Amino acid sequence: MIYADNAATTKMSDAAIDAMVACMKENYGNPSSLYVVGQKAKEVLEDAREEVVKAIGADNFREIIFTSGGSEADNQALRTAAEIGKKNGKMHIISSAFEHHAILHTLKRLEKEGFEITLLDVHENGLIKPEEVAAAIREDTCLVTIMYANNEIGTIQPIREIGAICREKKVLFHTDAVQAVGHIKVNVKDDNIDMLSASAHKFHGPKGTGFLYVRKGIPITNLIEGGAQERGKRAGTENVPGIVATSVALTEAIENLEKNAEITKVKRDRLIAGLKEIPHSAINGDETNRLPGNVNFCFEGIEGESLLLLLDDKGIQASSGSACTSGSLDPSHVLLAIGRVHDVAHGSLRLTINEETTDEDVEYIIKSVKEVVEYLRSFSPIWRDLVAGKKQFIL
Amino acid sequence: MALYSEKVMDHFRNPRNVGVIEDANGIGEVGNAKCGDIMKMYLKIENDIVTDVKFETFGCGSAIASSSMATEMIKGKPLSEVRELTNKAVAEALDGLPDYKMHCSVLAEEAIKSALEDYEKRKSEEN
Repeated sequence: MIYADNAATTKMSDAAIDAMVACMKENYGNPSSLYVVGQKAKEVLEDAREEVVKAIGADNFREIIFTSGGSEADNQALRTAAEIGKKNGKMHIISSAFEHHAILHTLKRLEKEGFEITLLDVHENGLIKPEEVAAAIREDTCLVTIMYANNEIGTIQPIREIGAICREKKVLFHTDAVQAVGHIKVNVKDDNIDMLSASAHKFHGPKGTGFLYVRKGIPITNLIEGGAQERGKRAGTENVPGIVATSVALTEAIENLEKNAEITKVKRDRLIAGLKEIPHSAINGDETNRLPGNVNFCFEGIEGESLLLLLDDKGIQASSGSACTSGSLDPSHVLLAIGRVHDVAHGSLRLTINEETTDEDVEYIIKSVKEVVEYLRSFSPIWRDLVAGKKQFIL
Repeated sequence: MALYSEKVMDHFRNPRNVGVIEDANGIGEVGNAKCGDIMKMYLKIENDIVTDVKFETFGCGSAIASSSMATEMIKGKPLSEVRELTNKAVAEALDGLPDYKMHCSVLAEEAIKSALEDYEKRKSEEN
């Protein structure tokens, strides 16, 4: 089996599993309790927070709120900025067309509440232009929220430049860094970030845990009311084992980040070169300015779901932006945002590998994708029309 | 539970009657690339019996399986029976389809109806 869907989720690291199990066995107390077992749990919880502070270059523990994952962190960041905006009479938010739905759907909701939303163009290469962010900022802009790296096509945004622009114009800047943290260098200070969302299961941690970084001095809005956990900013008994495992996985990922990224990039580039040999195919997103493990292609004349099912039969797990895999009639909003037309966007394939993917795996994936694409094209009426010249090739 | 039944996966992995009939006398194509599904049916009809049928499909697993199953259900059958084929019967023969994939079986029914119309049209033009 070759697992090539690490952008969907990753396998937990052994160290994270061990830390999680040990925590469940030994530190089962409630961190809010006064007795020793409770206080021990509080201690490991705060140690974990310190690890996260260090890992992303934050200032202090007050800046980290543990959440149920990336989506909750995104929701809370946007609500926080919206509340501040409302108070100051600033009701304009800038984002991009290919954000994660945790951002886009929350923005839709805020739009109904009276906010005006500007979604920036992400261009054919899947990269936002800092000067376009600068041009979009108005007197009444309360937030710029741009993802660090795209979850489908892996393109890495010029976050530091965008952050600097926001800082200069005194506008809050949030980044959904779910795909970036633990994979590429992220430092909230160097990158001029005010708020950042992360999710543990994307860097070999457990599902159901994540965190939100909020720079000190920014008043946070609660999504969940109740107890005084997380300094009153997120009620509910803390997921201590999950949080401990998150910090272990993150520390491990950061320690090995450069080494892993180098190894993975070489394999990614071989994979891209191999898949490019397939006629009438195209890579989605900038070829080099992308996450170390992300490969995303469109193949003309075929549909993505059938491609995925046949690859699964060959032992390869991947994903696609086709409509059939999303349960709607529209293909991926990310592919549409970079200008892929529907016909082509349906035939997309995302492979997200990591440092454990071997050279043999890469060659096997290339061979298998070639075979499956050729097979599906052999009985595709679209392909027949394209080859016969009745239709124009797009790719 | 898996997304698809064993039957769907069988027809998807080993589609029956795939290809083109060069001398087909009824051809139907339905769907569009925008939605991600196109089905093309080729019928060879002799003495009001579908003596041969082939299909080509651009689409997801259930679209390919629905086309394959539909061709099996009409091959060798008199037109009177073929005209009665419903999408529901195709879906049932596949041991069911997920709700949001039912449109694949609709496409199979429509592709066959469209091929039959083409056949009738050609016949009336001959006369």
